[in-house]
Amino acid sequence: MNKITIYLNNKEHSFTDIPSKRLLDVLREDFDLIGIKEGCGEGECGACAVLINGRLVNSCLVPLANAHQKEILTIEGLSETKQGKALIDAYSAEGAVQCGFCTPGMLMASHALLKKTPHPTDQEIRIGLSGNLCRCTGYNMIIKAVKRASIEGDGLW
Amino acid sequence: MVKHFIPKNLEEALKYLDEHKTTIISGGTDLMVQRRNWAEIPPLFKKDVVYIFNLDELRYITCRNDNLIIGANTRMSDLLVHLDVPELLKEAIYIIASPALRNMATLAGNIGNASPAGDTIPILYAMDAKVKLMSLDGERIINIEDLILGPRRTAINDNELIQEIIIPVKEFTSSSFIKVGGRKADAISKVSFTGAVRVEENIVKELAICFGAVGPTIIRKKSIEAKYQYITLEELKENIDSLVNDYSEFIKPIDDQRSNKEYRKKVALNLLKEFITNL
Repeated sequence: MNKITIYLNNKEHSFTDIPSKRLLDVLREDFDLIGIKEGCGEGECGACAVLINGRLVNSCLVPLANAHQKEILTIEGLSETKQGKALIDAYSAEGAVQCGFCTPGMLMASHALLKKTPHPTDQEIRIGLSGNLCRCTGYNMIIKAVKRASIEGDGLW
Repeated sequence: MVKHFIPKNLEEALKYLDEHKTTIISGGTDLMVQRRNWAEIPPLFKKDVVYIFNLDELRYITCRNDNLIIGANTRMSDLLVHLDVPELLKEAIYIIASPALRNMATLAGNIGNASPAGDTIPILYAMDAKVKLMSLDGERIINIEDLILGPRRTAINDNELIQEIIIPVKEFTSSSFIKVGGRKADAISKVSFTGAVRVEENIVKELAICFGAVGPTIIRKKSIEAKYQYITLEELKENIDSLVNDYSEFIKPIDDQRSNKEYRKKVALNLLKEFITNL
C-alpha cells in the first residue's frame, strides 16, 4: 500500500492503495465513476479512455502509480464543461449513440482530438478515434458528430 | 508479498533496483496486459514493481554528436511530433496502436519487452541504434542487436535501467516500413518489413533490411546486405531473386493465433521483393 494523490475532475484526493491497481478499477469501484467502461481490458477498444494531464489514455492499462499527482478527467468531468456539452449535443443531433457502451470513450477521444486539432478533416477524425471500437453505428454518424461539434462549438477548443 | 515502489527520482529508482529483484514498469501498455487479472483485481506481478513513468528526468529528445538521443520515458506521441525524429521511425510509430496507447507507450518499453513483434525494434536495428543502460555501478552502451537475446529476453541486468536510446543520424534516399496486421490501429504485427537504402550516383552505398515477427528476434543479416552494396541500382534489381533466396533460409516464423508460418514467410519475402522493385 502506498500513499496516492490524484486530482480527479478538479478535486484533490489522497488515499492509500495498491499502486498496480488499474486506474479503471479505482475510478469505477472506489469513486463510483461508472461512465467509464471496461470493454476489452487490453487497450484495444478505448471504452475506458480518460485524460491524464490532458492526454488521452486507456485507463485499463494505467497502473494507479502512473496517475499519482496527476490531473485526471473522466466523462463525468468532461460532461460538466462547455466542450463536453457541445460534444454531447452534436452526438445526439447526429444519432451517433446507439447502445452507448463506447460513447464515453468516444467522447473523451473526440475531446482530446479537438483540443489538438480544433477543425479536423474526416481523415484526422478517423485517426483520432482509431483506438475506439463501436459495434453499432458503423462510425459514420460519430465522424459527423465530431465534425458538427467542431463547427457548432467553434472557439471552445 | 510483492512490494511496490514509486521512486521520487532516478537515484531512488537505481538504489531500489540494486537491492531488489524487480519488474520495471513505465507506460504499462505491455505489462498491464501480460499481468492482467480478473476485473477489479490488481494485475499479478511475481516480482517487486518499480514505477518509473513519472520520472521526468528520463523524458527528453536531444541531438548530440550526430546522434539522436531519446530518454527512456519519452512517449511515442512526443516522438511523432518532434522535428529531429527520422521519418522512418515516425512511419512505424504512426501505425502502432492508437493515440491513447501512443501517449503511454515508450521506445524503451518496446525494447525491454523484447517481443519479436515489437514494431519500433526493426527500425532501431536498421538504424544501428544503441541503448544506454544505467545502474549504481555506472553506465554502459550496447548495440540493439546485442541487447535483445530472444522473445522477452534481454541482456539487461537486474540492477540496470534503460536510460536512453541513441540513434545515429543517417540519410537514407529511400525507406519503407510495412506492417501486416488484422486491423489498422491497435493490431499486433503478423509480419513486418523494414527496408532502407542510400543510393548515390546510382550506386547502392547502404542497404538495411529487417524482418519482424518471423523469428525469435528481428532478422537483420549484415553479411547479406554487404553482398549487395556498391553495385548499381540496376544490378540490385537484376539480382532480386538471389537476394530473396539469400533471406529465405533465415525467415523461420511460427504458427500462432495471429497467423501461420507459411503465410508469414511468403508475405515477408514478397514485401522485400516489392521494396526492391519500387526503388
